[in-house]
Amino acid sequence: MHDDRLIIAGREFRSRLWVGTGKYKDFAQTKLAIETSGADVVTVAVRRVNITDRSKENLLDYVDPKRYTILPNTAGCYTVEDAVRYARLARAAGVSDLVKLEVLGDEKTLFPDTAGLIEAAKILIKEGFIVLPYTNDDPIVARKLVDIGCPAVMPLAAPIGSGLGIRNPYNLKIIMETVKVPIIVDAGVGTASDAALAMEYGADAVLMNTAIAGAEDPIAMAEAMKYAVHAGRLAYKAGRIPRKLYATASSPIEGML
Amino acid sequence: MREAMQIQVNGEQRDYRIGLTVGDLLRELDLKQERVAVELNLEILERAEFDRRNLKEGDRVEILSFIGGGAGPESRANGGLSPCTTIA
Repeated sequence: MHDDRLIIAGREFRSRLWVGTGKYKDFAQTKLAIETSGADVVTVAVRRVNITDRSKENLLDYVDPKRYTILPNTAGCYTVEDAVRYARLARAAGVSDLVKLEVLGDEKTLFPDTAGLIEAAKILIKEGFIVLPYTNDDPIVARKLVDIGCPAVMPLAAPIGSGLGIRNPYNLKIIMETVKVPIIVDAGVGTASDAALAMEYGADAVLMNTAIAGAEDPIAMAEAMKYAVHAGRLAYKAGRIPRKLYATASSPIEGML
Repeated sequence: MREAMQIQVNGEQRDYRIGLTVGDLLRELDLKQERVAVELNLEILERAEFDRRNLKEGDRVEILSFIGGGAGPESRANGGLSPCTTIA
C-alpha cells in the first residue's frame, strides 16, 4: 500500500499505526517495540528533567526525531491553562508545531473535557499550532473541532488504558461519515482485533500505547498491531460483503448429478 | 559582596554564581540545549536567548524535555509543573 499515504496538514505519513512511548520497561524495549510496530509517529509527554540524577538517559537517544515524527501531547492536563502551557513548552522543546491536545475531565475516566478542549484548541490554533485533539466519540464535538481548524480528530475507542475496545462503533462511524478530515482512533484498544475493527470501520489511523506496552510480550504485540492495522485498512478499501440472514451458495448448482 | 545567588530549578532551591546565564545553567546540568524547553518565571524562552539571559536571585527556572508517554497520567512519572493537577 505504498500509494496509500495518510496526509495531515500537508505532512505525509507512511504508517497508520501511531504509538505512545509510556509504560515500557526501559528505553531499549520502547525502541524495539516502536521499530517492530512500523509506526512513524510516536507520541511523547513533556515533563521536568531530572536535575539530580546524572545518569539520566534521554528518550530521544532511542527514538530518533529524524526518523520518527515526534508528536508531543498534553497528557495529564486538566485545565485549559495547563494544556496551553504544556503545548507551548512542547513546541519550545521540539522542532514542530504539532501537538496532540488533551484536556482531561477527571482522573477516574480520563475522558476528555470537550468544552475545555475546544477552548484550548482555539487558543493554540491562533498561535500557529497544528492541533490534533484527543476527543470523545461525540460527532458534534468532532465537527466543532474541525470547524475551528483541527486538521484531524482523535476520538477515543474507550477510556485510556482500559483495553475495552471500541465501545461505541456507531458514533465512530457517524464521525467518519460526517467529518472530512482524517480520523485517528486513540485510546482504549485492547488487542489486535480492536485495531483491525477501527480500521475496517474507516478510521485513517489508530494510536495506542498501553495495548502494546502493557502486553505480556510487548514486542510480539507490536508486531500483531502492525498486521492488524494493515489488514483492517486493506479490508476497508476492499469493501466488505453485506451481512445477510441466510446462506448464499458459493458453488454453482449446474453440473450436479 | 555575595558571590552566590539562590535560584529555584525544577522546584529545588540551589546556589549558583552571580552572573550565570540560562545557557551556563544548562551546561552545568549537562543538558543538551536542543533537547529542552526552559521557562523562566513562567516565560518560555527561545533557544537563542539561553546564552543572553542572566539569572538573578529568586528566579524560578523550569527545564523540561520529552519523556515516554501515551496519554493520561502514567506519563507524569518524572514530575509535572506545580500548577498542573498532580496525580498520586
